[in-house]
Amino acid sequence: MNQDLDQFRQETRAWLEANCPPSMRLPLRSEKDATWGGRNPIYAHPDQKLWMERMGARGWTVPDWPKEYGGGGLSAAETKILREEMAAIRARNPLNSFGISMLGPALLKYGTEEQKLEHLPKIARGEIRWCQGYSEPNAGSDLAGLQTSAEDAGDHFIVNGQKVWTSYADQADWIFCLVRTDKTSKQGGISFLLFDMASEGVSTKPILLISGNSPFCETFFDDVKVPKSNLLGELNKGWDVAKYLLGHEREMISNMGAGGIDPLVEAARKGVDPILRGQIALFQVRARAFAAMSERFIDELKAGRAHPAQPSMMKYYGTELNKIRHELLMAAGGSDALEWESEASIHGAAARAWLRTKANSIEGGTSEIQLNIIAKRILDLPS
Amino acid sequence: MPLYLNDEQQMLRDTARDFVAEHAPPAHLRQLRDANDTNGFSRDLWKQFAEMGLTGILIPEADNGLGLGHVEAGIVLEEIGRNLSPSPFLTTAVAAVEALKSTPHAPRWFPGILAGETVAALAIDESPKHNGRIAMQAERAGNGFRLTGAKRFVAHGHVADLILVAAKTDRGTTLFAVPNDAKGLTATPERLADSSLASHLAFEAVEVDADAVIGEVDQGGTLLARLLAAGRTGASAELLGVGGGAMDLTNAYLKERKQFGVPIGSFQALQHRAAHLYSEMEVARAAVLKAQQRLDSGQDASEAVAVAKAMSGLATTLAVQEGIQMHGGIGMTDEYDIGFYMKRARALAELFGDANFHADSLAQAAGY
Ligand SMILES: Cc1cc2nc3c(=O)[nH]c(=O)nc-3n(C[C@H](O)[C@H](O)[C@H](O)COP(=O)(O)OP(=O)(O)OC[C@H]3O[C@@H](n4cnc5c(N)ncnc54)[C@H](O)[C@@H]3O)c2cc1C
Repeated sequence: MNQDLDQFRQETRAWLEANCPPSMRLPLRSEKDATWGGRNPIYAHPDQKLWMERMGARGWTVPDWPKEYGGGGLSAAETKILREEMAAIRARNPLNSFGISMLGPALLKYGTEEQKLEHLPKIARGEIRWCQGYSEPNAGSDLAGLQTSAEDAGDHFIVNGQKVWTSYADQADWIFCLVRTDKTSKQGGISFLLFDMASEGVSTKPILLISGNSPFCETFFDDVKVPKSNLLGELNKGWDVAKYLLGHEREMISNMGAGGIDPLVEAARKGVDPILRGQIALFQVRARAFAAMSERFIDELKAGRAHPAQPSMMKYYGTELNKIRHELLMAAGGSDALEWESEASIHGAAARAWLRTKANSIEGGTSEIQLNIIAKRILDLPS
Repeated sequence: MPLYLNDEQQMLRDTARDFVAEHAPPAHLRQLRDANDTNGFSRDLWKQFAEMGLTGILIPEADNGLGLGHVEAGIVLEEIGRNLSPSPFLTTAVAAVEALKSTPHAPRWFPGILAGETVAALAIDESPKHNGRIAMQAERAGNGFRLTGAKRFVAHGHVADLILVAAKTDRGTTLFAVPNDAKGLTATPERLADSSLASHLAFEAVEVDADAVIGEVDQGGTLLARLLAAGRTGASAELLGVGGGAMDLTNAYLKERKQFGVPIGSFQALQHRAAHLYSEMEVARAAVLKAQQRLDSGQDASEAVAVAKAMSGLATTLAVQEGIQMHGGIGMTDEYDIGFYMKRARALAELFGDANFHADSLAQAAGY
């Protein structure tokens, strides 16, 4: 067993060494360097495409999914080794994808065989880019209050309504969307639909953020026709799918607080005042401890031992930590970190990243909502 | 190795939990304190630890111990912490055993430890803050050494059968095993805030034979590092127990205490703080297990140990502070146990370096 794993590690190391382009072992300079794939992909560098395709061909963009759905079919132990070996050479994530981190797990659990075969391999290879249609102007933290409607029209639904804060809706190919199919029950009247963003009646409008980017949109549906075969899970049982998916979304977002404190250490090495040095050192304690927590969480998850509400704790802690980290980075950088457009600042990378982290404790359910969940579901405190 | 307790370790935890809760619950500490006990712990209880085999938890099987690791020692320490049990377990069965292991001193001291008769104390610190500096001198004299200087914050220092002393020698640090009746050694026990006793030790030309040296002369740094890694990791586990115990008490109180006609645990302001505390404790727990596993696997553990001690200190300090606040007035009474948790947490947080000390060591290791 261990011998097999050792061999797997050797082979993986050799393959990564031969196949991961050197440019893909450098840290991302800005959000634009991330690879998202899709029908109309945008690459800041041609190596991004190469790296995504090589990893996709092996199923290693989704190493632990079954092979028949485009995955790598790896065991938990092998997946861990792959991640470790990628980290050892600082390999970039070959593909950023809501399909991988959110929809995929929900499809694997709730999808029909046809749905899995149709969507999962395309997700694995980065051919279709997905967006998440959950939030609405009057349904944020109170997500189940959503009003976008899907009316039964025989073999299809007619969808009408508006979503908001839909990340990358203007660049996505398909949307996974929560719709109301029954007005008489709040949670029990929601269904989970998948549809093509190119469908007639879908339109998007980007929203400019404080970071100067506009990755998210208002999304409008005007008599959009969606075939019934695109219903994921049962009619009016979409809330279960939505919650399951949110668990995975929270897990993904929580990772942002783990590890990778190097820029902060580098900044501290250049010299900071003693008080900031102390703050950075205490932050380092928490960041290292959280890295151990992330490892423990993944191990427990794989073994089926994690409390179902534990992703809320991970999301809460990881995102709050990430915000502190960027506050410290800004403090360590001083006026350099404030430059917004200069070449030297890589076009305001530090400041834009700092501003972006403020969303970590909002997106995917706010910190307050995570604390509510921990209090009720883990600590069993009264309502 | 997955980062959670395996089935056998969970069984040990259940056993340890029942055993400590039955024989040394918080009421035991209260009793010792109220009786103004001058030992600082119960010899009978130490015997019972031995009968359970627990004093030999880290002693190799070849030396008749259980031959288990730091994860297992930590499991016992966590229950000790949860029950605030005064016990020489950390100093004797964990730190001292780790320093004596595979040295010629092992056969001399292990049988007594296994029998629950021997208690060890660690004479490391010389100032009110743990800082790694050693001023105590050990000069060569006769066929051995002469120790001169002072140590402080030595738990069980006045009753220990064996005192491990770190001193400066010509070309480094040397670790000595000093018997309690050595001439020129005086121990002055002082009662600490947590009702435990820690001694000021004065060494006035204390003469010891050459065979009091543990390991090699001038080479004690490595042994001391081993002792401290075990002690710090153990103290972290005990801290988790103290913090966890305080948190459990508090959460139970949140469900039971009513104000405005509802349980106070239904107030969101308190729910959020309880949930935040839970998160801090879980993160600390992962950090402690990481350090224990690294020690057991023989990998370099210095960073993980520093993180464990600092993080468990931070989380447990929060646990006891929130504990008292959320109990309201009753939290300030001597009659209620939560105050005992606050006191023990402070003593353990200080032991072998507090959160700032260990954060500083991380910063130094990272080069800033
Ligand atoms: C960068 C980013 C990307 C996003 N991407 C997407 C996406 O792709 N698709 C999508 O569907 N959505 C997306 N969202 C939306 C996100 O899920 C919502 O913003 C979030 O759930 C909060 O809802 P809201 O903005 O309406 O805030 P509100 O619900 O109005 O909350 C406002 C404040 O009130 C607090 N609050 C609300 N209810 C409670 C309560 N019960 N107890 C205590 N405090 C409470 C909140 O914590 C918050 O502080 C994204 C958001 C961001 C910032």
